[in-house]
Amino acid sequence: MSTYAFDYARAQSVDEALTLLAGHDGEARLLAGGHSLIPAMKLRLTAPTLLIDVSGLEDLAAVTLDGGHLAIGALTTHRAVETSELVRTHCPALAEAAAGIGDPQVRNRGTIGGSLAHADPAADYPALVLALDAEIEMTSRDGTRTVSADDFFVDMYTTALAAHEMITRVRIPVLGHGEGAAYAKFANPASRYAVVGVAAKVSLADGTCRAARVAVTGAAPKAFRATAVERRLAGRPLTEAVIAEAVRGLADPNELLSDLSGSAEYRAHLCEVMATRALREAAARAA
Amino acid sequence: MTRDITVTINGEQHTVAVEPRLLLVHLIREKLNLTGTHIGCDTSSCGACTVLINGKSAKSCTILAVQADGASITTIEGVGTPEALHPLQEGFRECHGLHCGFCTPGMIMRAMELLEKNPNPTEEEIRWGIAGNLCRCTGYNNIVKAIQYAAAKLRGEETPSTEPEFV
Repeated sequence: MSTYAFDYARAQSVDEALTLLAGHDGEARLLAGGHSLIPAMKLRLTAPTLLIDVSGLEDLAAVTLDGGHLAIGALTTHRAVETSELVRTHCPALAEAAAGIGDPQVRNRGTIGGSLAHADPAADYPALVLALDAEIEMTSRDGTRTVSADDFFVDMYTTALAAHEMITRVRIPVLGHGEGAAYAKFANPASRYAVVGVAAKVSLADGTCRAARVAVTGAAPKAFRATAVERRLAGRPLTEAVIAEAVRGLADPNELLSDLSGSAEYRAHLCEVMATRALREAAARAA
Repeated sequence: MTRDITVTINGEQHTVAVEPRLLLVHLIREKLNLTGTHIGCDTSSCGACTVLINGKSAKSCTILAVQADGASITTIEGVGTPEALHPLQEGFRECHGLHCGFCTPGMIMRAMELLEKNPNPTEEEIRWGIAGNLCRCTGYNNIVKAIQYAAAKLRGEETPSTEPEFV
């Protein structure tokens, strides 16, 4: 299987990458780990005329603690997210999710920025960044802007990222006292993509849920927040009965995907099961 | 339009003119004639094409040759010799870790990194460690045993029983 022909450039700096991007009028694509883009090109779903290899921009491959945020460089591989001491300490749910992506070889190459930019409806990170209230930092020659995860995912394989922009960082608020987060995934056994994955973050005070964020991936054309569930949890103790009641009817099968991995009705059922597991674990960690 | 890239494969430097769309596995197999690296699925699912790039296991069907410009690559041909097998190769032989052998080069290249990072893995860690490598013959039990055999040998310990497991 081969791709259409294209040209290739290895960027030595963010500036150079952005200049090349801007000079190709939407026909160029950034190449990081290539583990979403190259398969898409082989299937001829996309046919850029220029690939700009940004994988050598090491400044964007670091995880740092920046005030109350984890700042994760866009080129941080899944393996590096999985093993980062900072991520494991301040946001273990994200490290656990990264450890469940694909397989070891894929995690050695794929990057968080590349995965977010690709916005596969079954990718894991979209649920995490939504539940964790992350911000996506994007840079172009016009400057840098930040978009909340809530505003980032537009549709299947479509995000707020413009053709001339690159994701440079993901900023995630570190978990505070009384906060816990978890991710529960029903994985396709071959690909490890999420048939349904649910990430949950809860804040507890005096045994009561102050706020919850619940986000679902794999089920629908794009990852989404289950805001009705979040509202039903607020102000209540996170008992099994409260969680069971809150997740009931989380998703409408009419709005979900149906494919070989599962029908829409099955996915709707999985949404409730995975949300229950994620909330139960998040609440246990917050306590 | 081709461009020159330089890669070090199994310690030997090669400068090759390649099209940007040439996959690394095609460079290895067709331009350098190192056919030990196999193409199974061509979709980064099966792991038959696994090689080490700067010491990290990677699926060479999902990497462009140009991305590997400047890299150091190890393929199965760079592991052991017929006279002095690597402990992993010996383990696969002793434990019957293969039937048809198609997945074996990828399995061994993946296990190389696994044992490098974790010299004493549990059975579960081995199974998750080779989750990106498919074998359609063995049922994996003897592959796991082969990796355990190699791990013990690399640690300088007595190797476990090589009695094959039939299930």
